[in-house]
Amino acid sequence: MRTTVPRFLWAPAALAWLLVAIPVAGLVVRVDWPNFLGLVTSPSALAALWLSLKTGLATMVLCLVLGGPLAVVLARSSLPGLAFVRSVVLLPLVLPPVVGGLTLLFLFGRTGPVGGWLDREFGVTVPFSTTAVVLAQTFVAMPFLVVSLEGALRTAGQRYEAVAATLGASPFTTLWRVTVPVVLPGLLSGSVLAFARALGEFGATITFAGSLEGTTRTLPLLIYLQSQDDLDGAVAMSLVLVVVAIGVIVVSRTRDLR
Amino acid sequence: MSRLEVDVAVTRGSFTLDVSVTVGSGEVVAVLGSNGAGKSTFLGALAGLHAPDRGAITLDGRELGGVPVHRRRVGLLSQQALLFPHLTARDNVAFGPRSSGAGRRAARETADRWLAMVDATALADRRPAELSGGQAQRIAIARALACEPELLLLDEPFAALDVDVTPAVRSLLRRVVRATGVTTLMVTHDVLDAVVLADRLVVLDAGRVVESGPTAEVLRRPRSAFAARIAGLDLVPGRSCPEGLRTTDGTVVGGMHPETLDDGEAAVALFAPAAVSVFREPPKGSPRTTVPVRLAAMEPHGELVRLRAGVPDGGPGWVEGLAADVTPAAVAQLGVEPGDEVWFAVKAAEVEVHPAGR
Repeated sequence: MRTTVPRFLWAPAALAWLLVAIPVAGLVVRVDWPNFLGLVTSPSALAALWLSLKTGLATMVLCLVLGGPLAVVLARSSLPGLAFVRSVVLLPLVLPPVVGGLTLLFLFGRTGPVGGWLDREFGVTVPFSTTAVVLAQTFVAMPFLVVSLEGALRTAGQRYEAVAATLGASPFTTLWRVTVPVVLPGLLSGSVLAFARALGEFGATITFAGSLEGTTRTLPLLIYLQSQDDLDGAVAMSLVLVVVAIGVIVVSRTRDLR
Repeated sequence: MSRLEVDVAVTRGSFTLDVSVTVGSGEVVAVLGSNGAGKSTFLGALAGLHAPDRGAITLDGRELGGVPVHRRRVGLLSQQALLFPHLTARDNVAFGPRSSGAGRRAARETADRWLAMVDATALADRRPAELSGGQAQRIAIARALACEPELLLLDEPFAALDVDVTPAVRSLLRRVVRATGVTTLMVTHDVLDAVVLADRLVVLDAGRVVESGPTAEVLRRPRSAFAARIAGLDLVPGRSCPEGLRTTDGTVVGGMHPETLDDGEAAVALFAPAAVSVFREPPKGSPRTTVPVRLAAMEPHGELVRLRAGVPDGGPGWVEGLAADVTPAAVAQLGVEPGDEVWFAVKAAEVEVHPAGR
């Protein structure tokens, strides 16, 4: 049954939509179309695009490998203090990314507890490397995968898993042959969201990894840099990000339409 | 073949369950009780969902307490079929054999054999979303039995089905359970489930066993008031025949067959005591089944009077315990008292014949 929407909601609803839609549309109008191809295929643009895709995918994999198990633990175990664990995972959602970048810098910097040890024992320096980009992105993107996967696990419930156990499936078999396929849509949309968040990451990256072309200068960093002196280039690169973002939304939404 | 011995106590909040039940190897036992009698708690303890406070569950000499669910070899069929939504019917059935180490090919062959057993070969390639409730429950039966459990637990297996498919699924379950000889324990609130499937009946009330015995005996001669309230049916054992049911002495009880029954198959005729009329003389030209009985007892039963039948001299033994509910006015008009010989009569339209017994 459809209920009637109160009339006074229409105006703010329309304003909300326009607030998002008009700037994006304005971007399309503002693009220097004759030079568009040249602007987005310049060596620095291609380097940034490639770096963004590469680190975005690495982030997605890292989120899956670490965040996936975390989501299962949050949804299925009855550990004491689980609420505390969950709030900590959600922290990056509300924390300014710059703060996240700073904390990572303190931890992994040469004088930091982990960074100092890595430097002494292995001669490895994390900050201002591509690894740092992936770590910064994982820090901000992890909650997206964990939240969406934990939700899918809770919605699916444990009924199928209980049946699998009565059919003689070990917990490991049950995880692979029942749990993962049942929550696959949630797993996919969570991964895509994490990838999208990684692609747009700016604050934590610039604080923890800096802005070195080809190594740590991802697309958002390049756009910010160009917006200082080459606005046409910045707008063209922005449009590329918008197109990628729309693609991500389409991919993560199609499962709802099935 | 496995014998199950259960003796458990479980406390959940203010509710205490304290039950001791034995199921012989290959036997089918029904635990009957109304809502809140403790049926689900009992089954949960058996399936390993609630840890019992005290007691032991032994299956074929193995103590099950502390054994993880997937090593118990206890199959479970519940109200919902709960087929894995991402697998076809065949792969659902093959899941158990695959999990216990069978190869892909062998597991599929096992699955096909079980699908044939539940008349679902044509459904093998369908996904659960493309199956009706009755079809899904048939696949779930095949899936539960394909792992060859030592014990099969049935949790109100027909409660969520449409009434018009229930009889068919029930007979099918009866057939495959009998064919495999699997030790089975069922909990249900429906007397008919117990009549069709179970050899023995355990009646549960407020977390305790109030009565137990062979199904027909408990239902015909309930000793506890509680069992009488939920049973309260007249029950005549025999074999199916085209007109209804034929007893061992050859009497034909006219009745209807809600589900298909082979001629000569073991069955029971069921009817409500209120459907029985009582006469002093054999009614002439009546289309009813009539049988002579000796009146054993008369007791008030709500607004009616319940007349209990005993065996008359030279009469058939199966009439023992049959009940007829009649109005006090009718009793006065008949002028009968215990010890008198009277005739019980019932219309074929009031009698249902269901498969039962061995």
